[in-house]
Amino acid sequence: MSNKEKYEQVFVESFSVEPSVLNDQFVYQCVPAWDSVGHMTMIAALEETFGIMMETDDIIDFGSYTKGQELLGKYGVTF
Amino acid sequence: MNFYDHLEAHGSSIAIQGDPAGTLSYTELALLADSVRGNVVRRCLVFCLCENRWEALAGYLGFLRGRIVPVLLSSGLGRDSLSGLLSTYQPEFVWAPVERATDLGPGLEIFRLGGYALFRTNSTNDYSMHSDLALLMTTSGSTGSPMLVRQSYANIISNTESICNYLQISEKDRPITSLPMNYTYGLSIINSHLQVGAELVLTNRSFMDKGFWELIRRTQVTTFGGVPYSYEILKKLRFSRMDLPSLRVLTQAGGKLNPGLASEFAQICQEKGIQLFIMYGQTEATARMSYLPSSLAKTKFSSIGIAIPGGEFWIENDSGYKITESGPVGELVYRGENVTLGYAQNRFDLSKEDENGGILRTGDMAWYDEDGFYHVVGRKKRFLKLFGNRVNLDEVEQGLRKNGIDCACAGCDDLMKIFITDDLADAAAVKRMASELTQIHQTAFEVVGISEIPRNEFGKVQYSQLK
Repeated sequence: MSNKEKYEQVFVESFSVEPSVLNDQFVYQCVPAWDSVGHMTMIAALEETFGIMMETDDIIDFGSYTKGQELLGKYGVTF
Repeated sequence: MNFYDHLEAHGSSIAIQGDPAGTLSYTELALLADSVRGNVVRRCLVFCLCENRWEALAGYLGFLRGRIVPVLLSSGLGRDSLSGLLSTYQPEFVWAPVERATDLGPGLEIFRLGGYALFRTNSTNDYSMHSDLALLMTTSGSTGSPMLVRQSYANIISNTESICNYLQISEKDRPITSLPMNYTYGLSIINSHLQVGAELVLTNRSFMDKGFWELIRRTQVTTFGGVPYSYEILKKLRFSRMDLPSLRVLTQAGGKLNPGLASEFAQICQEKGIQLFIMYGQTEATARMSYLPSSLAKTKFSSIGIAIPGGEFWIENDSGYKITESGPVGELVYRGENVTLGYAQNRFDLSKEDENGGILRTGDMAWYDEDGFYHVVGRKKRFLKLFGNRVNLDEVEQGLRKNGIDCACAGCDDLMKIFITDDLADAAAVKRMASELTQIHQTAFEVVGISEIPRNEFGKVQYSQLK
């Protein structure tokens, strides 16, 4: 699986959504499942998937599907 | 002196720091509160759909000042849940964000203040309310369950004074609303700081929002509260490395913090010079019943502490006798002026007298140690706390069964296990159903397939065999 596919998979599983809704409009709290609990679930899943530990600022900056890809770049995860 | 009738006593001191920025003094807050109250005119029932915004707070205070009885509900309450509650309770007014007009019907708005509007409903007016009744609170977040807790004026005053006393709250303290105001613990933080004329920072932002931390730094927040799950998040956010120089007090309630996390935070707080108060409470006791003095956070972190000033705890065994030695486990019982009047299931219960007589059987199993500190070990009643929200296991079971799922629910706080026998049932679909029923994120549920639900000879589910 490519990084993009792994990344999408985390979103699909954390928020129970179809991959087709994942675009730059997919932001924090845009679906009920992306609440604070969902957010931490997603962060934990990303950390496990990519074997990284995210910084506080990046966890709270992670406000959208698109922003997340940019932030993961800092940890050597490229798309 | 109670906080709601005497807002003016704090005059031009700032009462509210808004988000986005903006302030209201105590005098201004009192005027705004009375402008809402003036449109309701007389004592009646009002639904108040809460967000942590000045309009919601002004409405709540205006209703208390006018002896109008508010039901504090989450503004996230769905349209169907709201409509169910409206027909069960028949309030005469609804105070809600203007956008909710579409859920209430056309032409009902009679007054507007900021982003909130007062809607007059077509109430049946076929019930009366007891004169002691001040406020109605839910016990289960935004599930739309009709069960409400009846709180009196004396309950609110007593609990607020006790909280101010044991936390030694002063006008120099500055809390930020990290919890919703329709949640009893969140409301008690608001009440106790208004009591002393402190400044409240009102926001709906969560820990996950960068703006929340910016707000803390900009407005020099000194204190906030959290449920156990909040502390899980704070740990994940590496709270130990955050630089928040104005922060002096952290409180925790809303469920038992796991001992490892409690001990870790006791250590972190000591290093940062922050006082950590572990507390225990229930909506049935207005808000709080116990606290652990912060000086003991490091040594007694697994304890809920001692009863708050004016309250008393004891432990009863199965036969209802008081246990008079430290060690044995029994039901935790509390006595105090903050024990509420009882429950309401519908509008006809609002005229009921006090059913508790100042004594609350908490439903929690506990023991006390040699130093007189209480320790909660489990629950007598069938409910769990999922991310701070009380969820009744039997209600979830019944809800799923209505959808044709043969199941039994058990588990622990923050993880409900749903045991199903139908191997054709889709586990993800069952999770989704449970999440919809409770309005709680799916990760709180685990679906486990078993061949048969264990029952005894009377057909009663043997939950102890479900692990």
